[in-house]
Amino acid sequence: MGATHSASEEVRELEGKTGFSSDQIEQLHRRFKHLSGDQPTIRKENFNNIPDLELNPIRSKIVRAFFDNRNLRKGPSGLADEINFEDFLTIMSYFRPIDTTMDEERVQLCRKEKLRFLFHMYDSDSDGRITLEEYRNVVEELLSGNPHIEKGSARSIADGAMMEAASVCVGRMEPDQVYEGITFDDFLKIWQGIDIETKMHVRFLNMETIALCH
Amino acid sequence: MGLQMLVPFGPWSWLFFLVALKCGGASSDLNESTNASPQHEPDVRFAAAGSEPAETVSVFALDYDYVQIPYEVTLWILLASLAKIGFHLSHRLPGLMPESCLLILVGALVGAIIFGTDHKSPPVMDSSIYFLYLLPPIVLEGGYFMPTRPFFENIGSILWWAGLGALINAFGIGLSLYLVCQVQAFGLSDVNLLHNLLFGSLISAVDPVAVLAVFEEARVNQQLYMMIFGEALLNDGISVVLYNILIAFTKMHKFEDIEPVDILAGCARFIIVGCGGVFFGVIFGFISAFITRFTQNISAIEPLIVFMFSYLSYLVAETLYLSGILAITACAVTMKKYVEENVSQTSYTTIKYFMKMLSSVSETLIFMFMGVSTVGKNHEWNWAFVCFTLAFCQIWRAISVFALFYISNQFRTFPFSIKDQCIIFYSGVRGAGSFSLAFLLPLSLFPRKKMFVTATLVVIYFTVFIQGITIGPLVRYLDVRKTNKKESINEELHTRLMDHLKAGIEDVCGQWSHYQVRDKFKKFDHKYLRKILIRENLPKSSIVSLYKKLEMKQAIEMAETGILSSTAFSMPHQAQRIQETKRLSPEDVESMRDILTHNMYQVRQRTLSYNKYNLKPQTSEKQAKEILIRRQNTFRESARKGHSLPWGKPAGTRNIRYLSFPYSRPQPAGRDVRVAEFTDHDGSDAEVPTIMFNTHSPTGSLQEGQRTQEIIPMKNLHRGGKPAHLGYQRNRAQEEQLGGGRRVVLRPKPLFHAVDEDFESGEESEEEASAIGSRWSAEHRPGRDLQGSHSPLLQSK
Repeated sequence: MGATHSASEEVRELEGKTGFSSDQIEQLHRRFKHLSGDQPTIRKENFNNIPDLELNPIRSKIVRAFFDNRNLRKGPSGLADEINFEDFLTIMSYFRPIDTTMDEERVQLCRKEKLRFLFHMYDSDSDGRITLEEYRNVVEELLSGNPHIEKGSARSIADGAMMEAASVCVGRMEPDQVYEGITFDDFLKIWQGIDIETKMHVRFLNMETIALCH
Repeated sequence: MGLQMLVPFGPWSWLFFLVALKCGGASSDLNESTNASPQHEPDVRFAAAGSEPAETVSVFALDYDYVQIPYEVTLWILLASLAKIGFHLSHRLPGLMPESCLLILVGALVGAIIFGTDHKSPPVMDSSIYFLYLLPPIVLEGGYFMPTRPFFENIGSILWWAGLGALINAFGIGLSLYLVCQVQAFGLSDVNLLHNLLFGSLISAVDPVAVLAVFEEARVNQQLYMMIFGEALLNDGISVVLYNILIAFTKMHKFEDIEPVDILAGCARFIIVGCGGVFFGVIFGFISAFITRFTQNISAIEPLIVFMFSYLSYLVAETLYLSGILAITACAVTMKKYVEENVSQTSYTTIKYFMKMLSSVSETLIFMFMGVSTVGKNHEWNWAFVCFTLAFCQIWRAISVFALFYISNQFRTFPFSIKDQCIIFYSGVRGAGSFSLAFLLPLSLFPRKKMFVTATLVVIYFTVFIQGITIGPLVRYLDVRKTNKKESINEELHTRLMDHLKAGIEDVCGQWSHYQVRDKFKKFDHKYLRKILIRENLPKSSIVSLYKKLEMKQAIEMAETGILSSTAFSMPHQAQRIQETKRLSPEDVESMRDILTHNMYQVRQRTLSYNKYNLKPQTSEKQAKEILIRRQNTFRESARKGHSLPWGKPAGTRNIRYLSFPYSRPQPAGRDVRVAEFTDHDGSDAEVPTIMFNTHSPTGSLQEGQRTQEIIPMKNLHRGGKPAHLGYQRNRAQEEQLGGGRRVVLRPKPLFHAVDEDFESGEESEEEASAIGSRWSAEHRPGRDLQGSHSPLLQSK
């Protein structure tokens, strides 16, 4: 970055926007530079340098999520070509642990934001609904790590999950009713019981720390 | 002669008693051991008119001594079991108090009877019996049923809390009591530091399993549950290790001071004992997993292998003065994953139930013995000691809880609230472990043993009754955060996605965390361990197994609520595919049926549910009967129509447990004998025919008999209400075809076989579209009613 003076200004600004502390921002910035090869922006190809990420079955979705305009809050759909550090931080901020000392309303807001991030991961065509095809796609990717499961099972699982979702969200359906897909509200409903707070967070501490506790 | 237990078997016992008095037969001295007069016995027993002063051959004689010990032990166990039955029959009691309360009461009752009639109780409990026979089953059961994933996720906190907590408690209580003992007024000055420390270590052995049932009922959140569970698991091991070390010290330094070197040695010993035990346990776990890989032909010995190896790990560790408890726990945990996959379903069930049974028996005996010891003359009551013990137990537990959690909360992303900590503090219920250790103190080294025993008993009674009964209401009152665990596919999917997502993000950040440790372990596991240890190495996907399980569950529900008629589904639109199934040979039919049955009723639990006293009930038998009846009806009809099925089981069955796996494994052609076991309910002989449903060598995954599946796209959900019923009636149709008595099968092999996406409308014989397995298949052939259709299983490949 530029001179230290403007750097700390920027850092403070970022702190305000994303909620990270200055230590975390410094650290993430180091990581950003490492990933981007000292360029100011990252492109999709830069994610190929991360060896462990290769083995992740939903790798493509994760990478995509970084460039998704909806997550970057830049638009209703589409993908950005490259992201700068601030965007990087924006995406990372979805994974900050929810501060339970905040009041209930803000906790709910945070929760909703995280869930929205997830929703965007599922809903790849940005139409606001998770259709069966998209769901199948997700399941197939999830199970892609396992070579012994055929495509058929992934489809069936996705269908099953969809039906379950339908029953949760819509309840009893008339014979000629058609279930279009899971909307964000339905998604919230499904997630109501699940504890996202404990699952969707990353501890942004020292890089060398091995966290043994949950 | 002594009075015997007043149990429902009483009348007969009384009869014999009277007869015995009359005959004046073999006298039973109030001897403890029946080995007292070995020569006397056989003669008397067999009433040989040999060299004995017995004058005549007695037509009827009684020999109580011969059977005294087993007889009384059996009666005790039966009495406890009857009490448990009564306990669970009552609606209010289980919610009120933990089951250990009941056992203690029964024990006290028995003790009162024995005391009142001046009968000498059988010597069930001495050091070797306890450590060699009574303790291992309890620990084994704890380790085996441990829910591994949450445990390892929280392992840091658990080790920190259980390990350090036990140490703090032990030393804290010991030291404080020592200080109390220094006060001359209490008359305790002959209790030296070592004694106090030892007492501290044994009294700090918490047995919170009793409260786990309460927790589960109150559905507290998973983290809390795991902390208590982890503590229960590790606590025994730690206390026993500490106890043994301190006893060794006591023996060594009876009247001398302890050198610092010794203390260091003690600490080092502690660590070595702990880690060594775990090491041996893991080794034995792997060995036994490896061996079960080869037992497909004699599945009857599988439970034996599991038990014997676990026990062996315990014994080997004990031989080397390592911690047998930790060894057996580690063995169970390691072994479980691989053994479960290798072992046949019946064996699996056997292992589960037998383990529960053994541990239940052990615990019963210990509690009984505790009760028996309560009532008696072996007490020494010292007000100061007892009261201070009680007080210090609570105080030190509070200190350790709040201090340790304060520290560990700094490192947890998900800290424990004060409420949670209060609950953890309050769940410090002592149990059989403390009592056993107190009881087994060698009297020679501990002149005031009786006082210790008394104090221990008081603490146990207090905590079990008062804390045990009130912790339920406390949990509800404090409104501890609940868990909302319900099983659903969506949840599983999302959780899985989340795991990967989190790991991915952490990779991007360059972050190390335990998720990666877990991932690395999993990779290692898949690459090496599973290849070696598991039979036909099929990696298991939890999503898939959960899915199957839910399928079954819903299938059952469908059967129960009555099937919706097979009305027309609209013709598929572009997203729909028609399944086409080929004909199957009759053996395939059989095999599929068996597999289904098996899967339907034998699904394994994956949820967090540790209840020491019960296993989760299987799906109801009522449903089975219902289905059975319906099938029989329709079978008759279909038989009339000439679609009879061959029945009967070929001989030479092999029992391999069906794994929820696709049968399109890339196996060489020929028989792939995956045989499902049919166990339970119907009392039929559980031998199962050889299944040959993998008779083709599939080339790639699509060929599995060119089965295609029909999948209802979401847009076609016509049936109201339950999502699952789609195509269900198809399934039920099949099942009803399958007729014939005993097998209850819902549908043939479920869905994991290839999907052939071609839309083939041509071949609709009735057999097709039999959702072979596919629950989601739509029944789009109108008018296919239940009776008329062929079972798809009649199709051969």
